Amino acid sequence: MSTVVDIRNLGVSFSTDAGAVKAVDDVSLSVERGEVLAIVGESGSGKTVTAKTILGLLPETATTSGAVVLSNRAGTGEHDVISLTGAQLRGIRGTDVAMVFQEPSTALNPVYTVGWQIMEGLRAHGQVSKADARKRAIEILGRVGIPDPEHRVDHYPHQFSGGQKQRIVIAMALVLEPGLIVADEPTTALDVTVQAEILDLLRRVRDEFGTAIVLITHNMGVVADLADRVAVMYQGKVVEEAPARELFADPKADYTKALLAAVPYVGHGVARAAERAAARPADWAEQTPVVEARGLEIEYPGRFGRAGFRAVDGVDLVIRPGEVLGLVGESGSGKTTIGRAIAGLTRVTGGSLKVLGHEMLGIRERRFRPTRSRIGFVFQDPASSFNPLLTIAECVAEPLVIHDRAVDARDARPRVNELLEAVQLPASYGDRYPHELSGGQRQRASLARAIALEPELLIADEPTSALDVSVQARVLELFAELQREFGFASLFISHDLAVVDLLADRIAVLYHGRLVEEGTGAEVLGAPADPYTQRLLASLPVPDPVAQAERREELRRLREEAAR
Amino acid sequence: MAVAVSSRPGHRWRDRIPVVHQVRQSVGLQRGMLVAGLLMLLVFVLCAIFAPLLAPYGFAQRADASGGFGTQQPPSAAHPFGTTVGGYDVLSRVIWGTQTAILVIIVAVVLAIFIGVALGLYSGYFGGWLDRILVVVFDAIYAFPSLLLAIVLSIVISGGQSNLWGGVLAAAGSITVVFIPQYFRVIRAETVRIKAEAYVESAKVLGAPNRRIVFRHVFRNATRTLPLIITLNSSEAILTLAALGFLGFGIEPTAAAEWGYDLNKAQSDVTSGIWWTALFPGLAIVFTVLAITLVGESLNDLADPRLRGRRRVAQAAGEVAETSVVPGGTLDAGPGGLAGLEDGETFDEHGIEVKR
Repeated sequence: MSTVVDIRNLGVSFSTDAGAVKAVDDVSLSVERGEVLAIVGESGSGKTVTAKTILGLLPETATTSGAVVLSNRAGTGEHDVISLTGAQLRGIRGTDVAMVFQEPSTALNPVYTVGWQIMEGLRAHGQVSKADARKRAIEILGRVGIPDPEHRVDHYPHQFSGGQKQRIVIAMALVLEPGLIVADEPTTALDVTVQAEILDLLRRVRDEFGTAIVLITHNMGVVADLADRVAVMYQGKVVEEAPARELFADPKADYTKALLAAVPYVGHGVARAAERAAARPADWAEQTPVVEARGLEIEYPGRFGRAGFRAVDGVDLVIRPGEVLGLVGESGSGKTTIGRAIAGLTRVTGGSLKVLGHEMLGIRERRFRPTRSRIGFVFQDPASSFNPLLTIAECVAEPLVIHDRAVDARDARPRVNELLEAVQLPASYGDRYPHELSGGQRQRASLARAIALEPELLIADEPTSALDVSVQARVLELFAELQREFGFASLFISHDLAVVDLLADRIAVLYHGRLVEEGTGAEVLGAPADPYTQRLLASLPVPDPVAQAERREELRRLREEAAR
Repeated sequence: MAVAVSSRPGHRWRDRIPVVHQVRQSVGLQRGMLVAGLLMLLVFVLCAIFAPLLAPYGFAQRADASGGFGTQQPPSAAHPFGTTVGGYDVLSRVIWGTQTAILVIIVAVVLAIFIGVALGLYSGYFGGWLDRILVVVFDAIYAFPSLLLAIVLSIVISGGQSNLWGGVLAAAGSITVVFIPQYFRVIRAETVRIKAEAYVESAKVLGAPNRRIVFRHVFRNATRTLPLIITLNSSEAILTLAALGFLGFGIEPTAAAEWGYDLNKAQSDVTSGIWWTALFPGLAIVFTVLAITLVGESLNDLADPRLRGRRRVAQAAGEVAETSVVPGGTLDAGPGGLAGLEDGETFDEHGIEVKR
């Protein structure tokens, strides 16, 4: 074993409008050949900056201290990346160290074929004939699991699925056989079933190519699945570094313990859901549902005579008063569309959807508007769901002013303060502007706005997917508390089974616009009947290396079954 | 829950005043450009306000107590910039000209903004057939040579030559027509973008009427780029006015002083070695346009974090920002770390991860 990269006392500072900000502070790490080092941390912990330093990809506003010593694959040469200049950096990028980006659809240039993009890297590093380069591109595409590579090498990026695109990005990184690959959140943009496949591929990269991998991620499940060693970063420092099994079994640093405790596990919500079900009155099941969909169809119109896209196809679901329905599915499964249709943001094109007694098929906005005071909505991205020019108090007061409960924002302030307290924000935060709050705080303010009119129905569209895991835990807790206190019915939309499990009384699984399975958390997660739900559940990595190894086997078995 | 709330970081009142904020934000060459532009602009505005005090003679004055000025006199103690072929004092006309210029800028920009912004908001937010018609019409106006359009309009409005207000309105009106499409397009594009933002959808979900959404949420966010277009358009307005005057569609010399007209009359002087009648009005145009353009371009650069210059930091300097939120400690952490340092901007364009 030899060291591929050795980071010594690295410090990185950025100049910003508010003066110098230190992103990385005295970090020392090293990666051995054929090893996967995971760097874990929340947004702003400096993990990406550390990784980018290895490739010399920092912007001009950055200044660095310390050393990043990178050896080549053969172990014959060493470079200190920090002291290298442009041409020298280009020499080591690709051959000694390569990068896999987060978003495969933006990492590939849409106007060139994938083969051309792979060959570009080959041609940049030495004289390779066109035919030779093409041969190697086809070979590498085959090795990362693209079927029919001889033919597909001439395809353009848009002709591949998201998972395949990420495979191609990995192929581009591998083609020059670098000793080290830096993978920055390689699976964050992908669906969970695709994520499992990419993680398998990365594991094969390590085993077959002997490449060391620096894996940057915030997902503890991914770490448990792939990493050999883990470095936990917090506020620019490495707070703990240990082999993966050791770290998960016996975390030393307080921060690591808190981080691990915040990760939601599948199966934790079952007891709570059962408790709530028991507390319900006997005639609960007969009460008029808040939302009732029968054969719901939603179609987006096509362009110029082309057939439209059917996002939701024949979905039946019911939400009763005070009940939380969790809606789970991958991107494109139609879960957000259903949420928007219930809120009256998207037109229903077929079937029947009754919301608080109104039939939404062909409803006019004018007639539905009074009902809107009975519906709350929490958006996915807390950054964009607030008008940047209004203070938090003004934003939260909006529903009160619109529905004539207050004359203006000032008049509504006492009530706004109560609401802010309800979501555990100090009342003085009402005077701040949205950008002065962190993501978690903003999402709480968003909750305050949604419950301002004490709605009977709250639609939460992925309210925590833009948040760090520890913040997510607190927002979820708050959501559960508010739900207990105000007793609203809720549609909770998420792609994360574990999150939905924590909150939902019942879980509905969507796949390609169809409802494939519905039931209580115990039913759906304990004994999934539909093969898709089984695959979805098995793909979800758990933050425990030992248990995750077993689940991997289970997933492999399921896949083989499906292939048969 | 006991919470210690820190005071709001770095948002004192003086940082909120538009131009002052930018001056404080800028460094190096960008600051030099902005300050130079602002100073030149200040000279221009002061000249316009105090023209009656600064100018030695009236703009239409040809004689004083000691008799006529004489035509095409070279610079002397009595007439520092000389006199024109019509017998006017060049210095006085240059100074009085600032008043005309500023009037045209104000009228043209105000008219164009009101009409362009209103139509842009309507078009962008509601769409429909009116939107399509407006887009086609304004694209057609774009295809017109703007000066030709201005000439046609000045003939229509005032029959070519006229008094001060007639001339100003003719010039401003023609400039307005040319500028409306610019404001319309910018506001419409912004409105279409903002319409899809989550905060507009959230207002819709709350049941806010369209009027409230348009004015409270869309309008204020859509107009952020306007100061830049205003400065750039102002300089264009002066150039158009000068061009109109130069081509003979300007304001009568007895009604107001106008640089373009003076340049027109100075044409034949240049070949006979009389340089002062053309040089000074020309310089005045260059000076004003340069001032406004400098300010506009600097504001443009400063508004974009990628173009904005920053001081380089000492090696590994600075505090580690409180960017993460620990369970149990969230509320003490203060407003979001790195994200709180830049107004809502992240470093994403540099590829550095910070909290959104």
